[in-house]
Amino acid sequence: MSNYTDRVIKIIAHQAVLEIEDVKETDTLEELGIDSLGLVESIFAIEEEFDITVPYNANDPAENDIDLTTVKAVAYAVKNLVENGAK
Amino acid sequence: MNRVVITGQGTINALGMNVAETYSAFKDGRCGIGPLELRDVERLSIRIGGQVKGYDPEATFNRQQIALYDRFTQFTLIAAKEALDQSGVEFHDELAQQSGVILGTAGGGMQTSDENYRSVYEDRKNRVHPFIVPKLMNNAACSHVSMTYNLQGPSFTVATACASSNHAMGQAFNFVRSGMAKVMITGGSEAMLCFGGIKAWEGLRVMSKDACRPFSANRNGMVQGEGAAVFVFEDYDHAKKRGANILAEVVGFSMTSDAADIVMPSKQGASRAISGAMKDGRTNPDQVGYINAHGTGTAANDKTECAAVADVFGHHANHLMMSSTKSMHGHAIGGTGAIELLACTMALNESVIAPTVGYQEADPECALDIVPNKAREATVEYTLSNAFAFGGLNAVLALRKFG
Repeated sequence: MSNYTDRVIKIIAHQAVLEIEDVKETDTLEELGIDSLGLVESIFAIEEEFDITVPYNANDPAENDIDLTTVKAVAYAVKNLVENGAK
Repeated sequence: MNRVVITGQGTINALGMNVAETYSAFKDGRCGIGPLELRDVERLSIRIGGQVKGYDPEATFNRQQIALYDRFTQFTLIAAKEALDQSGVEFHDELAQQSGVILGTAGGGMQTSDENYRSVYEDRKNRVHPFIVPKLMNNAACSHVSMTYNLQGPSFTVATACASSNHAMGQAFNFVRSGMAKVMITGGSEAMLCFGGIKAWEGLRVMSKDACRPFSANRNGMVQGEGAAVFVFEDYDHAKKRGANILAEVVGFSMTSDAADIVMPSKQGASRAISGAMKDGRTNPDQVGYINAHGTGTAANDKTECAAVADVFGHHANHLMMSSTKSMHGHAIGGTGAIELLACTMALNESVIAPTVGYQEADPECALDIVPNKAREATVEYTLSNAFAFGGLNAVLALRKFG
């Protein structure tokens, strides 16, 4: 899991223009200053990094079947997608 | 100030090959959105669109023309022919020099770009056809209309994403109103339904995989369309003198910029454009019976647009109708405002309001009469047509019933 978390934190920190050590697992993306466009960019970077497809529609984030609120949730979602081979 | 009237209109879009077929689809609430037929569609995650199907370019254009006409230019010329045939105006001598073409498009010759990028990058070819540049340029359609009909006056192309057509028609309106031109051919075209055109939109993650459901609580995004619509905007005295049939009067136009966000819409920017168009046309808000909405089917647009209309119209917002025909023909990006103006001319001339189809669940944030699913008979005197583009550029036109 920590491998996923570290790689996700690196991407989120880059997107939020923060140092890696300033991003905690419990932070929400919103708290880190990532807006809707920033989230779409982060998802793109995650898809490229892990070679997966994240099922996310920016229209109505609440309607998506995937929890991307906190750094931890994102790492968990990525792990599941990689393990289920969501190309 | 001269009065400006519409004396001809033409179109080709997912709903039909001409205005009659499009009106008939509007009246039946028929949806033209379906599975996309294009190369590499299996590599797309979005596979639906409002595509023009059953269209054979070779039935209309010869080989030399096709070598120069991208699909967006072909659509424009087909729509222009219908509009000019209906108008009956011919351009000779002084009138030719006092008349021009202003068209909107966002992507221009995207099919040409897509095919040729493929050819040089994917197929590793080192040579392209000599006419790629004149075929893909955004003003190609405008120039071919001017060449076909001998229009020698002010002519150019406007590219403001989803508001391109409305900006173009607003310019055409002001050229005729101010006396700078007698007749302007105007409208817009888009042919972005190619692999690269859809792939780019996919990236933004605002596209629906199943349907365009504007204002419905369960809407999940926009659906791309394609096509063109072209109108003849003519000086009223000129039209009257030659006994032309008048379809509607263009009375007002307004454009504003949100100056705020590159993709998120603003209620203030939209409100200012709507109220500006009415002020420009000396129209009282309570005279407006129908608004053709921008209505993309995204969460952000639809609630912002409804809030803007509620703000501008106050109590009258509950008495007017507002529908999004994108639910039927899809979002034809730079051509969409022109195709949608047809819903306004239909409302004024035939007293039928085009519906918002695909509507399933009420959304308290979009609590206006959006004419759900079924067209409605109603007499209206004034209509507005909204367009709110990415980049925060808004353009609204006001039309009045003639006579």
